[in-house]
Amino acid sequence: MNTMSDQGRSAMLAILLALIGAFSFASVPEAAELPTTSVYRLDVPLVDQDGNGLHLADRRGKPLIVSMFYTSCHNVCPLTIDTLLATERALAPNARLGLDVLLVSFDSERDDPLALKRVADLRKLDVPRWTLARTEAANVRKLSAVLGIQYRELANREFNHSSALVLLDAEGRMVARSDTVGAVDQKFVSALATLLSGK
Amino acid sequence: MRRPPALSMSIACAVLGVASTVYAADYVSLAGGTFTSVLPADGKAGDATVAPFRLRATPVTNAEFLAFVRAHPQWRRDHSPAVFAESRYLSSWSAPDAPGPAASSEQPVTWVSWFAAQAFCENERARLPTWYEWEFAAAADATRTDARADPAWRERILTWYARPSTAALASVGGEANVYGARDLHGLVWEWVDDFNALLVSADNREQGDPDMLRFCGAGALTLQQRENYAVLMRVAMLSSLKAADATANLGFRCAKPGLIEDAP
Repeated sequence: MNTMSDQGRSAMLAILLALIGAFSFASVPEAAELPTTSVYRLDVPLVDQDGNGLHLADRRGKPLIVSMFYTSCHNVCPLTIDTLLATERALAPNARLGLDVLLVSFDSERDDPLALKRVADLRKLDVPRWTLARTEAANVRKLSAVLGIQYRELANREFNHSSALVLLDAEGRMVARSDTVGAVDQKFVSALATLLSGK
Repeated sequence: MRRPPALSMSIACAVLGVASTVYAADYVSLAGGTFTSVLPADGKAGDATVAPFRLRATPVTNAEFLAFVRAHPQWRRDHSPAVFAESRYLSSWSAPDAPGPAASSEQPVTWVSWFAAQAFCENERARLPTWYEWEFAAAADATRTDARADPAWRERILTWYARPSTAALASVGGEANVYGARDLHGLVWEWVDDFNALLVSADNREQGDPDMLRFCGAGALTLQQRENYAVLMRVAMLSSLKAADATANLGFRCAKPGLIEDAP
């Protein structure tokens, strides 16, 4: 039975939002053990294509390629996904299973879980090994800052952005990045293969 | 003779006023509006629109940043992780919790990373200003909201750029512009929230030639008002930075959206 009034619900929501705000720079629980160069020190609350909440640092423990995109983008963003798929195909199938892929949207206003799910389905992405996610605008800026990705919202609600695939090791340290789009970056693939082989 | 009570009141207020410059930041209100930025809003030639906002009257000082670091020790230079602040973060201070003689209380804090500046502003329920907000406020002089076309205005700023960067920084509190904001020019460079949104191509030849593969959308920005070096130099400097970087002449101030404080 749900007896909570609308006011009660909005009060709860306000408290929840305040808490999220208050913790936006708080360390994640395991932060004490993370390397000082770990991207996972940045707490980024995300919502994935199925509407599930998660944190960037939840990807700790497994190598991850992270990049940024937005679903209404028709120029580089489909190419970013193409490049990611081609990069994966350059790996042995077994090695691929040891890798997670995370794409975070620049467009926090329009990219809700439904929009993300549509792209995941359309591109037949290997969910949940692949995650498409959104976060609030202030967190998009922080994530792009930590990853060294530039973006700018234009007046027509398009986004200008640089494209980079960033490879994080299990502890969230950046081990390689590629600015190549539309072709497989062999140096990046070698770095990936080395990381996944655990050598 | 009895001292008039009004005088003692004003002395009390003056004392409080001095204290408040350290503990409660002074923000000035700007109504915003449409203006021609050096960075076109549509990537080509469009005007930028700035919503009403408040801006700290002066850059954040060493004393203010020290109070923040003491309350939030995770931002001490010996505690902050490398991913948020490079090794030179707060390196001008004599100790992690003391600016020392080389960094006086009323000088603007420098050697701060974007993450540290953002954390400071969040702590006072603010954020860094966007580039457009900063540029809008900095277009003013003491009497005009937009002095940018005045060659004398440009010349004054360029004279500052020409000063050696090794000279000691002045204290905050230079001449107020028409909004009451001080030191937007002539003291330090300042971080903006969207420092990594400036997407300026290092190569002039790419401008106006959509470089689809590097920048999804409209390509590298076409800069406007190329004669306005005074402002363009800021853009060039900011676009060269990484978020963990810190430099000797780079400080910050904070901004808040809207003209009235939200109910806490």
